[in-house]
Amino acid sequence: MKRFTYTRAETVADAVAALAARPQAQFLAGGTNLVDLMKYDVARPDAIIDINSLPLKEIEELPDGGFRIGALASNSGVAYDARIQARFPLLASAILAGASPQLRNAATTGGNLLQRTRCSYFYDPSTPCNKREPGSGCAAIGGLTRMHAILGASDKCIAVHPSDMCVALAALDATVEVVGPDSARDIAFGDFHRLPGDEPQRDNTLACDELVTGIRLEANHFADHYTYLKLRDRLSYAFALVSVAAAMEIADGRVVDLRIALGGVAHRPWRDPLVEAEYAGAPAEDVTFQRVADRLLLQAKGLGGNDFKIPLARKAIVRALRQAAGGTPQSQTIKAIQ
Amino acid sequence: MLDRSKIVGLPISRIDGPLKVTGQAKYAAEHFEPGMLFGHVALATIAAGRILAIDTRAAERVRGVVKIYTHENRPKAAYRDSKWKDAVALPGHPFRPLENDRVLFDGQPVAFVVAETPEAARDAAGLIHVHYAAETPHTDIMAEQHNSYEPPVARMKQFLPPPPRGDAEAAFAAAPHKISADYVLAGEHHNPMELFAATVRFEDEGRLTIHDKTQGSQNSRDYVCGVFGLDPDKVIVKNDFVGGAFGQALRPKHHLFFAVMASLDLSRSMKVEMTRREMFYLSWRPSCVQTVSLAADDEGYLQAVLHHAVHTTSRHEDYQENVANWSGLAYKCDNVKISYELVKLDLATPGDMRAPGAASGVAALETAMDELACEVGIDPLELRVRNFVHRDQNQDKAITSKALHACYREGAKRFGWSQRSPKPRSMRDGNDLVGWGMAGGIWEAMMSKGEAKVRLSADGNVMVSAAASDIGTGTYTILGQLAAEVFDCPMDAVTVDIGRSDLPKTGVEGGSWTAATTGSAVQAAAKAVVKTLLDHAKSMENSPLAKASEEQVEIAEGRLVLETNHQVGIALADIMAMAGLDAVEEHAKVGPDMLSMMRYAAYSHSAVFVEVKVDEELGVVRVKSAAFRSQRNATAVTEPAHCPFA
Amino acid sequence: MDTALEDRFPTCPLSLTINGKPYTLDVHPWTTLLDLLRSDLELTGTKKGCDHGQCGACTVLIEGQRMNACLKLAVTLEGAAITTVEGLGTPEEMHPVQKAFVEHDAFQCGYCTPGQICSTIGLLNEGHASTREDIRELMSGNLCRCGAYTNIADAIEEVLADRASYREAAE
Repeated sequence: MKRFTYTRAETVADAVAALAARPQAQFLAGGTNLVDLMKYDVARPDAIIDINSLPLKEIEELPDGGFRIGALASNSGVAYDARIQARFPLLASAILAGASPQLRNAATTGGNLLQRTRCSYFYDPSTPCNKREPGSGCAAIGGLTRMHAILGASDKCIAVHPSDMCVALAALDATVEVVGPDSARDIAFGDFHRLPGDEPQRDNTLACDELVTGIRLEANHFADHYTYLKLRDRLSYAFALVSVAAAMEIADGRVVDLRIALGGVAHRPWRDPLVEAEYAGAPAEDVTFQRVADRLLLQAKGLGGNDFKIPLARKAIVRALRQAAGGTPQSQTIKAIQ
Repeated sequence: MLDRSKIVGLPISRIDGPLKVTGQAKYAAEHFEPGMLFGHVALATIAAGRILAIDTRAAERVRGVVKIYTHENRPKAAYRDSKWKDAVALPGHPFRPLENDRVLFDGQPVAFVVAETPEAARDAAGLIHVHYAAETPHTDIMAEQHNSYEPPVARMKQFLPPPPRGDAEAAFAAAPHKISADYVLAGEHHNPMELFAATVRFEDEGRLTIHDKTQGSQNSRDYVCGVFGLDPDKVIVKNDFVGGAFGQALRPKHHLFFAVMASLDLSRSMKVEMTRREMFYLSWRPSCVQTVSLAADDEGYLQAVLHHAVHTTSRHEDYQENVANWSGLAYKCDNVKISYELVKLDLATPGDMRAPGAASGVAALETAMDELACEVGIDPLELRVRNFVHRDQNQDKAITSKALHACYREGAKRFGWSQRSPKPRSMRDGNDLVGWGMAGGIWEAMMSKGEAKVRLSADGNVMVSAAASDIGTGTYTILGQLAAEVFDCPMDAVTVDIGRSDLPKTGVEGGSWTAATTGSAVQAAAKAVVKTLLDHAKSMENSPLAKASEEQVEIAEGRLVLETNHQVGIALADIMAMAGLDAVEEHAKVGPDMLSMMRYAAYSHSAVFVEVKVDEELGVVRVKSAAFRSQRNATAVTEPAHCPFA
Repeated sequence: MDTALEDRFPTCPLSLTINGKPYTLDVHPWTTLLDLLRSDLELTGTKKGCDHGQCGACTVLIEGQRMNACLKLAVTLEGAAITTVEGLGTPEEMHPVQKAFVEHDAFQCGYCTPGQICSTIGLLNEGHASTREDIRELMSGNLCRCGAYTNIADAIEEVLADRASYREAAE
């Protein structure tokens, strides 16, 4: 671990000012990703700004029925909040599908949003990685690609975003609230995480002097028809090969509002609102679900080691949509897949 | 003989349990010596090639760094390979850390940092820059199979294939039902929860006390003494608690080498702990490619068994394990051909892991048997039953006992095997296809040489000692039970002292032989204590045991009594008082009976019944299983030869 | 040795409570809670299995919540109350969870055991487990290479069944 100095921020303004004064610094919240990366010498900040004292832990209901989740609310705090479970069960389910109870207790909403890929080449400083060191090359391309992207990859980077929470937030069309030295702004969730393109070192559209302060969710009618389906090499405590966050409103056997996002397949949660809009009003049946799957995966390309993800994703999308339509969301404890 | 057990075989709580659940049990990295220094290893980031230069300047500037070792300045160690070969060594050249500029495998140690704090050692190691001339490594068994060879020097005779019997190829060709398939197994890693660590207390030149994560304290001791030219009487290795091993700690690893090397060089105590990543590079179950061909007649009786196995080894040692020989003895067949070869790869030498060889070979054999059952059209369990054999056909020896039929029956009954529907895809549960399968299992029931000391005090307390190890296997408890059985005393009166190299001679904890070996030694020593007590008892005036022989007496409730009449006897305390002793202690040495071994082979057998659910669309697999192990094995019949020490 | 380089990275004061005992320390910011416990304070009950949050052997309770000590920088725990396995009981007076583990043989080598036990207490504090499937899923952050999982689940089932008295004892 590289040597670093340590300070604590007491207010959001302090935190942002401290970062502006020291561009090589990084914010530290739960630490479950950053400390891990620092131990591997992948992250090498020369200063750490501890933001755990900032007043960003609340989960508050907003006047319009939406919610604001503070960036420092823990993953388990959000997942077990009775109001979140009642109104945004897709989010709660997705969080509980990820990591372990210990990690969920320590990890924060903001940290989960900003966590970096788990690509094993990114994690190994002895191999070239354009995300870690722009221009050095990508050792994953031509390497072991089981965990890598089938959508939206570039010739610079084929990594995937590892979060489960983010897949649900993408489907729920959340808004990310951020604060900079001079201003505050909202970033639509679909605009937050990037595809790698030519700059894989930039995971998201946050400016280098900004701090995520919270996530906003709109009131919705998805609590009756949702599911988070995660497929992985073991039944728990492992990252997704493919995951699906699905939610819908149903009226008269037809899909009124369809939301579907995929995890484990791209540099960010994969969602296509155009496809969702196309199937508004379609019957809530397998034939619709298969078409949705086909459309979402139209651009899918395997790299050899991850070719299996394409048919798997197709079937997972159909199964997830069936679960959501049937009001039988996947249980994260009972492992049989309904 | 244990015909009626008071305590052996009964489920009792592990006696080391309270220490483990309260965090009081101390493992190798958990000892602290005054003035202790810390070490961290820098590992190669290429798999084959040469080190051209090592730049340690940035590393040396880290506060607290004391010394950095590379192949350029490593202190001298033994010249001959024989000094580096531990009890589990292999044909070839044992790996010597920092010996020269060659990189033989990915993850090979290339430098060792000693510092005043573990963080300083770790961070300095990360700042070492190594310049390599890399060569193209060959690490894929599939690509290198064509270079396979028969090992010129056998690691052990019994690992070599038995000579072929009958004419397997002809029988295979002639049989009405046959299958032949390739079975490819990826390598596996032991990964015990505890990381390799050694804490060395430097006492003076040549006198060291070492806590090591090892499966054999004496093996580690002999290794460091051989390599560094130390006097074994001055080196004590302790392994009282070991956080799992699964074979990885059979052979001393480089953490021990470095800790002792630095301790001697700097005259300081040392602690070295590995990282989890480091653990993946050392010793592993090798990847293995096998071809199994089975043929049967219309009733499913095996006509031919052919089994070819190839697994990997390193460039410098020929690791070998018994992969395929099981196929010549698990089932009855008169036409058998087994072949076995190795492939050299640029990887660290594999090591014995959790039923080495059998885990790979029996998996292939049993899978092939299942496929044959489908081909013949009979129940897979029935196929096993029909091909049951009471003899080891490889060695042409009787088997001491084989309760496998009981396994099959009991397992099938408890599992509900008779409900099985044999047609593939015929059992369902919602979205899941349900499959039921079974397989047999077999492993050697070995015994090796071992010694133990047992001491019975006048106050009724018992001390059992041996240089055995408990790696989670329950050694503490079973040795205590064996002594408690002979002395008819409560478990809390027994202290089990193991995990130290200065205790009675014991081999490595491996091969599933500790219970048979050290257990027998403890039992023998305890019985020798009984005999000594009897000798004293006989010499007492008006002794009620004057005419009793060793076989006629036992201990019950603190008295030495006639087995047939517990009323006749003398209190142990009285015997010892009369003899002027406060304790009786005996040392026993046991080993397998060579004559019996010539006539008998000994194995443990098992049957496993498994339910698997596979989501038909998504392919997600969930497994539920039940295993039934044969209770009987060799030791009941093979009488160990033993001679009590005076 | 470049001491100027080192002097730019000072230690930080840290006050926290471990097993009810207050500590006032000076630590480097890069010291994890795990290394603070195991190396600096010689509280070796908490184990290092991977040092990267992937095995759970280092599970401790921080303000009653189970977390991996290996991913917590000690300096971020100013004023925190930490409970480790040493704070739960002694061989002579074991905590009910420790007793249940012994009685159900819920360990073999014992190295994952302190983490399993602290994790169990965290699970009880969280209150979300009632079925065996819940237990298995909510204990999945603790690996056991010896494979004592079924016995661990048995031990926890017993503890859950008698929850009222254990909740009291856990405080």
